[in-house]
This record gives sequence, C-alpha cells and structure tokens, in this order.
Amino acid sequence: MTLKKIAEILDATIISDSDDLNVQILNACSADMMSAVLYYHTPNSLLITGLTQPHVIRTAEIAGIKTIVFVLNKKPDALTIDLAKQKKIPLLSTPCCMYTASGRLFSAGLPGCLTK
Amino acid sequence: MALNITENIDGIFQLIGGNFSTAGEASTQLKHKLAEIGVDEEIIRRATIATFEAEMNVIIYAAAGWLHYYITPGSIKIRIEDMGPGIENIELAMQEGYSTAPEWVREMGWGAGMGLPNMKKNSDTFTVDSVVGEGTTVEMVINFP
Repeated sequence: MTLKKIAEILDATIISDSDDLNVQILNACSADMMSAVLYYHTPNSLLITGLTQPHVIRTAEIAGIKTIVFVLNKKPDALTIDLAKQKKIPLLSTPCCMYTASGRLFSAGLPGCLTK
Repeated sequence: MALNITENIDGIFQLIGGNFSTAGEASTQLKHKLAEIGVDEEIIRRATIATFEAEMNVIIYAAAGWLHYYITPGSIKIRIEDMGPGIENIELAMQEGYSTAPEWVREMGWGAGMGLPNMKKNSDTFTVDSVVGEGTTVEMVINFP
C-alpha cells in the first residue's frame, strides 16, 4: 500500500513529507511500547503510535520502519520532525484513535506485522 | 555487497543517563558503520536492535555507560557497561514482560520488559553480569553468515 493511499484512508495530514508518495508499505504495527515495536516488527512496515518523542524516530530507523502515523491528531515537536526529515521517515497525523486507524488499514488490505 | 573488512574494527561511545534527546545515536552510528563495510542487512538489523535496547537501558536506568564494539571478519561483539543500579534478579529480568521501570519510563514507550529478552533474541551469544549498586555489563556476539 502506498503512503498516499494510507493518508487517504486515515484522513491524515502529512507532517513530514517523502520524496516518494508511492513508497510501498508492506504491513503495519500499532504500539506505544518501543520494545514491542523492536521485538515484533518486520521491515518496510508502518508504525501507528501515540508517542511523538524523537526516540520514536530512532526506533523506526533501527527497526527499518518506513513511515509513522501519529493518532488522535498528535503533532510532534520540531526536534522530532527535523530528525524524521534527516532520517527520511515520513510522518502523518490522523484524527483516528489507534484502534480505528488500525482497523481502517487492515480492512483496506494492509496486514499486521505478525500473521496471527 | 560483499563484506569489506581487511582488519578488525573497534570503537567506543559514551552514553549519558537521562539524555533522551540523543538516545539511539550510538546504535544508529554503528548501523551506518556496519552498512559501510557491507554487512548483511539482516545481521545489521539484529545487531542494531540488540544494541539499541542496551543503549536505551543505560539512558533510562544508569548515570552513564560505555558501548564498545569489535568487528572482525567473522562477527561483531558489542559490550555495554554501565554505572547503574544493577539488576537484583537476572533470571526474572530475562523473562518477557518483567520490568521494574517506573511509570515515567513507560509513558515514554519503554519499560515493557522486553529489553533483555530482545537483546538475547537477536544475539548468537549473550551474557549479562550485574552487581547491585555498581552496574551491569552486557556482552553480545552476532556471527556473520
């Protein structure tokens, strides 16, 4: 699924852009615990989270996560946005809660990181 | 890309406890170093996840620490030493979900009790030694294929 499509499904605003809105996202994980992200993620995935601190960007970089969606209209501070730009990780913000955002994307065909 | 290492490479990063603004910087620098010399992507992923978990433990729990890495043609060894409170019960700490993290750490997305298990999961060899009141040393080796 493309970043552009994800933004449409989630009514999301793009906070930090990507050069390539057609970058392919293969699956997604929803978590506020960063160790869970590191433990369960698979590469080329989307992270749906309510945390907006800079270490979320670093977690994404380490885990090979391609895009981050912040739920409940949360907006990160300038430090987080700058780091995301530097690491080339696009950031989106959706008005949906984590449950709804996950459900919308799953219904649209984006699977979870784990098969179960 | 073939592994391009003709001699052993080592390095050290100093970690400052509580410094969340640069937390993860050492692990990302190590990630780039491994990519530069052509280490397999899956090995880089495992090494940097294990290192990042250890780095975050120092930032969260300790006053300071050091992250050493040694890269040889056959493996990468990572040693993280900290001046932290130490671990009272290592067996318990190795259990998934066991955590002594305070609420403020959990609010930042850490302290899920997955750190040490995640380090072990991503290492071929994993050891942890700790003295309460003095600190903890974690050693991890990831072999190259």
